[in-house]
Amino acid sequence: MTLLAVEGLTKRFGGVLAAKSVSFALDEGEMLAIIGPNGAGKSTTFNMVGGQLRPDGGSVMLAGKDVTGLPSRALCRMGVGRTFQVAQTFLSFSVLGNVQMALLAHHGQTRQLLSDAAVMHRDAALALLDRVGMAAQAGRPIGELAYGDVKRVELAIALAAAPRLLLMDEPTAGMAPSERTALMALVAGIARAERIGVLFTEHDMDAVFAHADRILVLVRGEIIARGSPEEVRADPEVQRVYLGHSGTRAAGRARRPVHG
Amino acid sequence: MEWSFLLVQALSGLASASSLFVIASGLTIVFGVTRIVNFAHGSFYMLGAYLAVTIVPWLLEFDRSPTLFFVGVLASALVVGLLGVAMEMLLLRRIYRVPELFQLLATFGVVLIVQDLVQLAWGPMDIPGPRAPGLRHGVTILDQRFPAYELFLIVVGPAVLALLWLLMHRTRFGVLIRAATQDREMVGALGVNQAMLFTGTLFLGAALAGLGGALQIPRISANAHMDLSVITEAFVVTVIGGMGSVPGAFIAALLIGLLQAFGVLIFPKITLVLVFLLMAAVLVVKPWGLLGRPEAAAGRAVLPEGILDPGRMDWAGKVLAVVALAVMLALPLIDAYAVKVGTEVLIFALAAVSLNFLVGNGGIVSFGHAAYFGLGAYGAGLLVVKAGLPMEPALIAAPIAGGLAAALFGFFVVRLSGIYLAMLTMAFAQIAYAVVFQWVEVTGGDNGLVGVWPSHWAASREVYHYLTAVLTLAAIVFLRRVIHAPFGATLRAARDSAQRADAIGIDVRMHRWLGFTLAGAAAGLAGGLYAFSKGSIDPTLLGIPMSVDFLSMILLGGIQSVLGPVAGAAAFHSLKDFFLPLTDHWRLLLGLSIIAMVLVFPRGLAGAFASLRRRPA
Amino acid sequence: MVDTVLDVTGLRAGYGPAEVLFGVDLTLARGEVAALMGRNGAGKSTTLKAIMGLLTPRAGTVRFAGQEIAGMAPYRIARLGLGYVPEERRIFTDLTVMENLAVGRRAAPPGREAWTPERLFAFFPNLAEMRHRRAGAMSGGEQQMLTIARTLMGNPEAVLLDEPSEGLAPVIVEQMADAVLRMKDEGLAVLVSEQNLDFAAAVADRALILEKGTVRWQGDIATLEADEDIRRAYLTV
Ligand SMILES: Nc1ncnc2c1ncn2[C@@H]1O[C@H](COP(=O)(O)OP(=O)(O)O)[C@@H](O)[C@H]1O
Ligand SMILES: Nc1ncnc2c1ncn2[C@@H]1O[C@H](COP(=O)(O)OP(=O)(O)O)[C@@H](O)[C@H]1O
Ligand SMILES: [Mg+2]
Ligand SMILES: [Mg+2]
Repeated sequence: MTLLAVEGLTKRFGGVLAAKSVSFALDEGEMLAIIGPNGAGKSTTFNMVGGQLRPDGGSVMLAGKDVTGLPSRALCRMGVGRTFQVAQTFLSFSVLGNVQMALLAHHGQTRQLLSDAAVMHRDAALALLDRVGMAAQAGRPIGELAYGDVKRVELAIALAAAPRLLLMDEPTAGMAPSERTALMALVAGIARAERIGVLFTEHDMDAVFAHADRILVLVRGEIIARGSPEEVRADPEVQRVYLGHSGTRAAGRARRPVHG
Repeated sequence: MEWSFLLVQALSGLASASSLFVIASGLTIVFGVTRIVNFAHGSFYMLGAYLAVTIVPWLLEFDRSPTLFFVGVLASALVVGLLGVAMEMLLLRRIYRVPELFQLLATFGVVLIVQDLVQLAWGPMDIPGPRAPGLRHGVTILDQRFPAYELFLIVVGPAVLALLWLLMHRTRFGVLIRAATQDREMVGALGVNQAMLFTGTLFLGAALAGLGGALQIPRISANAHMDLSVITEAFVVTVIGGMGSVPGAFIAALLIGLLQAFGVLIFPKITLVLVFLLMAAVLVVKPWGLLGRPEAAAGRAVLPEGILDPGRMDWAGKVLAVVALAVMLALPLIDAYAVKVGTEVLIFALAAVSLNFLVGNGGIVSFGHAAYFGLGAYGAGLLVVKAGLPMEPALIAAPIAGGLAAALFGFFVVRLSGIYLAMLTMAFAQIAYAVVFQWVEVTGGDNGLVGVWPSHWAASREVYHYLTAVLTLAAIVFLRRVIHAPFGATLRAARDSAQRADAIGIDVRMHRWLGFTLAGAAAGLAGGLYAFSKGSIDPTLLGIPMSVDFLSMILLGGIQSVLGPVAGAAAFHSLKDFFLPLTDHWRLLLGLSIIAMVLVFPRGLAGAFASLRRRPA
Repeated sequence: MVDTVLDVTGLRAGYGPAEVLFGVDLTLARGEVAALMGRNGAGKSTTLKAIMGLLTPRAGTVRFAGQEIAGMAPYRIARLGLGYVPEERRIFTDLTVMENLAVGRRAAPPGREAWTPERLFAFFPNLAEMRHRRAGAMSGGEQQMLTIARTLMGNPEAVLLDEPSEGLAPVIVEQMADAVLRMKDEGLAVLVSEQNLDFAAAVADRALILEKGTVRWQGDIATLEADEDIRRAYLTV
């Protein structure tokens, strides 16, 4: 079933048309990647869907409801979770506290003045941490974790709101190479098991081609191609335009390390 | 009303706008380049005036010529510029990277030091300056007399604007300043030594403040209150104009000068309320002022300065709390003086905890917390003195007054963050101060009101002490509870990452507003209790020095601890009470201590206590 | 290489908790143009920023003209003769073209002819006509020329050039390539970060390919052009 339907999203910054009538749809449990060169408008598109930017034109429908221009906090209550390019967590909290905070917000309990926040939703938070493989670190301050683990906790925070749609801006940015594959496999596993739709921007082609069900190629604010990884890889238009821009020629995903 | 009268009114508005611009331009230039809001800018202004009332008469002894008058004024400005250089090299350069709260407090430490040094050098009396030779007469404009010197001042503002324009556009130094205001880092990557640039900027900024002060001497005597009175107006001008923008400051100064000149005709007493409305309106429409730019988002993940995980109280903490409580309750066994100090410590402890609820827990650096304390005191005091109500309802009214004021101001405050927020809280507090100060019929003005006595049953010092203990401790325990509760955690979360808080569904602005209101109410209760403990109220309860006392308490106690501010309040107030009678230089001492604390001891008493205990025995 | 002007070993850097560079090694010879290549997000910009001191290196050494510069303030690095042209251009938009150049001006080392605005206008003819224009009112290509010109005003010995062809129309890209080649003729060493192989091939002698924060391949640009396997592995979709 269609979870997210984006129609004609347009955004202009001064003279720059950052997104030009961008349309796409995303099904439950599907992983959709947006790729494209620097400045193509990936983040802009992404932020219009996520409520950080208000579009100049077009609409965003979530499970049939028009959510265009709603702020991030309202989208969250409608089942949209997100992670950030640079992980955003509550640094003064423990790992567990971060997830508890997300659960408090999810249950609308943030204005309680007298109950003890430290004991609320402990078990649910631990269960979420367990799902991302972080239960063992629950008591540590989040600032002490390796960055790859912080990203896992961020994923648990996003899952606390029981999202139907997960937005991930460059999920593997800033991570050690060894941590990247594991994180993307984790995301893909959870998304498929719980039928969560995932929209992500990414420039690590390993992550894209290993996990995306479909790929959108954005160049200068316009979608120039879309389809399965195989289709996108083989698309002559992608090869011509995207490579015309980046100056490299399209090829397969074969990785043969060569040292010079 | 006659046209000629309106014209003269407009002219005097322009004259004050002009003076205000000269001062504010220096503040805004310094901020643009260094990103430090320099409280001591008002001190530079005051020093300019004091130096001028010393140098100019001396020069006029030789020859009463206009030239020597202006030579004296310029010399004063240059000397002040050199003092700015000293301040940059000795202090500012060490604090470019510390959090804003510490920067503001450190520069305020300089304000205190300068206040005492000025008294040492020039004595406590106001010093009238000479009138400017050649500009002593009045000019007749459409049958109204208007002082020639004021006409001259009208010209000074645009002249300074033009000179600054030339400096900024025709010299390399000026071009570098403009470039650095836009992108400091890139200027460094092009090989420009920022230290030299910053020092030069401070010279320019301080000299402009000094010039502004020196030019005032024919109009007002050099006096010890010039610094704080001008700094608020300068803050308001820079905020409205957009911080870092010289043309913005010019427009804002014009707006404010004219608004005040004509506002006097409509609301003779409370022109500052108009200024407040203007500032609020501008900030709602343009949060960065008329010509300002948004602060580049830091985007860096650093551990916030403030309360981290509040945690449980461990045994050592519990022992300490019980001992402190026992001492408080046993004070009446000692003597009346101990009871008086104890009562005040309890009241200030509540005020400090409520401030740290904002600063430490919420990352909301309020520089005007005394406003809510003072308005609580006035709320209670006025009900007793003017409405004849007894203490009990008045004590209920105190937190309501503080909370309502905080809700009103907080509505605007929580839209901003960082340095803009701090400046806005301070400006609001000064406006509250000015209203109380000027509305003599109701508030008694400068003298305040006397006769704010407790009800009969609580009239004895001891009973009132216990009453205060019950109320303040209950409020402190409540605030501590809130810090541990979801609401307090939410404020911390929003402080750590507003973006993340928003993404998990938290309405950040709303929560910060509620938090601001709650803290204001708690401060209001403290203020009400203070009014009855003194029997009187006066405007100093809302003043900047009072706000700084509160900040010093939480800094001394440690802003990263929930109950540290209680210890900070106890230590600060006892020391002040002890030293104040012994020394004539309390402010010097306090200023130096604040700077020392910021530089070497930024984690406060609680931090020291914690690291002592962490050390293996 | 006989005469190395820039020598980086084991450079690690990142942003806050995020790590980006995991030990970058590279050298740049006097008078050479080398292309630092790699996909989007590979860490090219981060490498240049860390060399320039805009990002404090977490580990590793950076030697420029024989001096260790890791951890130095950017202005001191610039004064040693290393120029930096950022990818976001970061011109001072409120300043005029001439003023932007004035900010970059530094005396030339003895024995070298100093860059003057006039020489630069000969170099970038477009700029000459708009010397008093506010830089914010210029097109992207003109801004890119200005940011290079501004750096040259400091008379550097080597320049770090971050994606100069990014987002420019093809004709402007050609002018840009031409400018880099003429910089080389002037004896400057240039480390240019680039995703565009055509551009790199046009200007550079040598290529280094960065992937996930380390240099994975280096060699002749001609070898790279000829070897589809390498390109496939590191540069393409
Ligand atoms: N806040 C903004 N103000 C002005 N221009 C912007 C802003 N955000 C993005 N842009 C411009 O919009 C275009 C697309 O940017 P972005 O969406 O960040 O690209 P991507 O994420 O694909 O690299 C770029 O030309 C960029 O300069
Ligand atoms: N200011 C920043 N804060 C956090 N992460 C960043 C920042 N700039 C870049 N990154 C991350 O660092 C990695 C390398 O980026 P960058 O050096 O800009 O790559 P390139 O220039 O090769 O495209 C990317 O994953 C990017 O997301
Ligand atoms: Mg992006
Ligand atoms: Mg880059």
